[in-house]
Amino acid sequence: MKTVEHAHAAPPGRAQAASSAPSAKPSRPSRGNRDWLHGLLMSAPAVGGLIAFVGIPFGYAVVLSFYNVRLGSPLEPTFFGVEHYRRLFTDPDLSGPFLRALLNNLAFAVVVVPLQTGLALALAILLNRKLKAIGVFRSFFFMPVVFPMALVAVIWRLILARSEQGMLNSVLDVVTFGNWGAFDWLGDGLTAMGSIIVLSVWQGVGFQMVILLAGLQQIPGELYEASQLDRASRWQQFRHVTLPGIRGTLVFVAMLTSVLSFRVFDQVYILIRGGGLDEDATRTVMYQAVTTAFDQNNIGQASAVTVVFFLIVVVLTIVQRRVVRPDNED
Amino acid sequence: MAMTRTPVRRVLDYTVLSVLAFVFALPALYLFLGSLKPSGEVLNGLSGFLPTHLSFDNYTAVLDSLNSDSTGYFWQFMGVSVLLSFVVVTGGLIVNSMAAYGLTRLKWRGQNAVFTLVLLLMLIPFESVAVPLFYMFNGQRNTIFIQALPFVANAFAIYQFHTFFKKIPPSIEEAARLDGAGPWRTFFAIIVPMSRPVFASVAILTFLIQWGSFLWPVLMVSDPSVRPLPLEMSVFQGQQPPDWGQILAFGVLLVLPVLIVFAFFQRWFVEGVASSAVKG
Repeated sequence: MKTVEHAHAAPPGRAQAASSAPSAKPSRPSRGNRDWLHGLLMSAPAVGGLIAFVGIPFGYAVVLSFYNVRLGSPLEPTFFGVEHYRRLFTDPDLSGPFLRALLNNLAFAVVVVPLQTGLALALAILLNRKLKAIGVFRSFFFMPVVFPMALVAVIWRLILARSEQGMLNSVLDVVTFGNWGAFDWLGDGLTAMGSIIVLSVWQGVGFQMVILLAGLQQIPGELYEASQLDRASRWQQFRHVTLPGIRGTLVFVAMLTSVLSFRVFDQVYILIRGGGLDEDATRTVMYQAVTTAFDQNNIGQASAVTVVFFLIVVVLTIVQRRVVRPDNED
Repeated sequence: MAMTRTPVRRVLDYTVLSVLAFVFALPALYLFLGSLKPSGEVLNGLSGFLPTHLSFDNYTAVLDSLNSDSTGYFWQFMGVSVLLSFVVVTGGLIVNSMAAYGLTRLKWRGQNAVFTLVLLLMLIPFESVAVPLFYMFNGQRNTIFIQALPFVANAFAIYQFHTFFKKIPPSIEEAARLDGAGPWRTFFAIIVPMSRPVFASVAILTFLIQWGSFLWPVLMVSDPSVRPLPLEMSVFQGQQPPDWGQILAFGVLLVLPVLIVFAFFQRWFVEGVASSAVKG
């Protein structure tokens, strides 16, 4: 994310080139003066689209969260103040599921961020070697990333099926010499979130792995050669060459994963609706927003959930910028 | 790059990698095998992995069962997904690359302000505008138009193009301009052809995300005739009692297009993912 800082530095020499153009070719109108028009026209479709489909709706979400708005209701929307927010945090009927969703999201993030980042790093190190067919192995670990989450949820619904015939239950039955039997991984409140975590990590870890692999490949080979001359052990190499070399990338990946982990929705929604997943143990903030808007038609309340969701993501993003920046300033 | 490897170490490396890759591929293997087995044998303990009684019956059954107006037609779901991906990817490539060029390589007042706006909008995930968009466009539910349009303009794509464009040496454009080419011709005739790698990465990343898109269709689509594949996947797996062979065959048909793209353009996939993070 270095670019954010560099973005504002104009390419050197551009201004002089533009101002000298008219004298060289006086017959043509100065292009330097027209650049604003072309620049504006070129960026207008995309920037207009972003304003229409991101900027305005976002502002609208904030406004709606202060109104009592219901979809399909004949009543006019009325101003509601901070009532939606008050209800989210203090009204027992609403705050129960909502706070549970926040807690679930937090638990998901707290487990997934270190687990997925660590696993991705281990895989990246394992795959960062000059072996024949290493590309085939890389593809194997990256493959689940291209699986749509709707499909991942269905595959794991079968693996974690509650009957004795479920794949995981059968494996455990064999391993324990027939002492396991049936267990409802998705339906049991204790293992439901764990199940979601496992299938999410399976699908997503290849993405982080690829980013870390690119980071590893930027560490100069001479550093490893030098450390070998110094008779550094493999652990010392990892500790003093690899880790410092990818620190920035690692922090970036961890932060990216934490933002992504607050957006969890697809797998939870599908498995609660059709897979017997324990709802209370796995509802997430986005799940609350969608069910409130879509099932209860309560747009105002859902907007308040959305705004809280956004604030969490922004805080995470700001933390990310803060943590990453000092490292990248060289 | 790490330590010099002895033959023993090399064998060990391959063993560890193979075992891990095998375990990692098991769920996918289960999907493909199960889609070829009779439904009764899919959810059947470890024998679910035995390649017995393989046939394409489940695939023909999926096409037969999704073949009426009330269930929707399989090829219609596929067509909707293909159309949405096409519109979002090609439309996105055009408008986002153009915007990135205008904001990166042309010098104009307000350019920095607009670019900063794009970077700010990049912070807003789609999830936090889904509810108001659902409310604003409720009258357009069940249309192709509203499924595609919000995803054409994409701040992250602009950012990816920007990081590529800003590294192009100014001399190339200056030469074009001395030859009398305006910004538009410079962009389309010179910059676009030399920027194929970034176009490929953005296209593939956009396609990957669009193909699996689920949240927005959940909110905006109830009519089977405009329902994309992932949403139908969730409907199809909810049948009672579930016909597992058919559900997995449907799953294979859902993932096959992305797998094919992945197989052919793997390099761009991986570079697209990696470049956005490391080189940026």
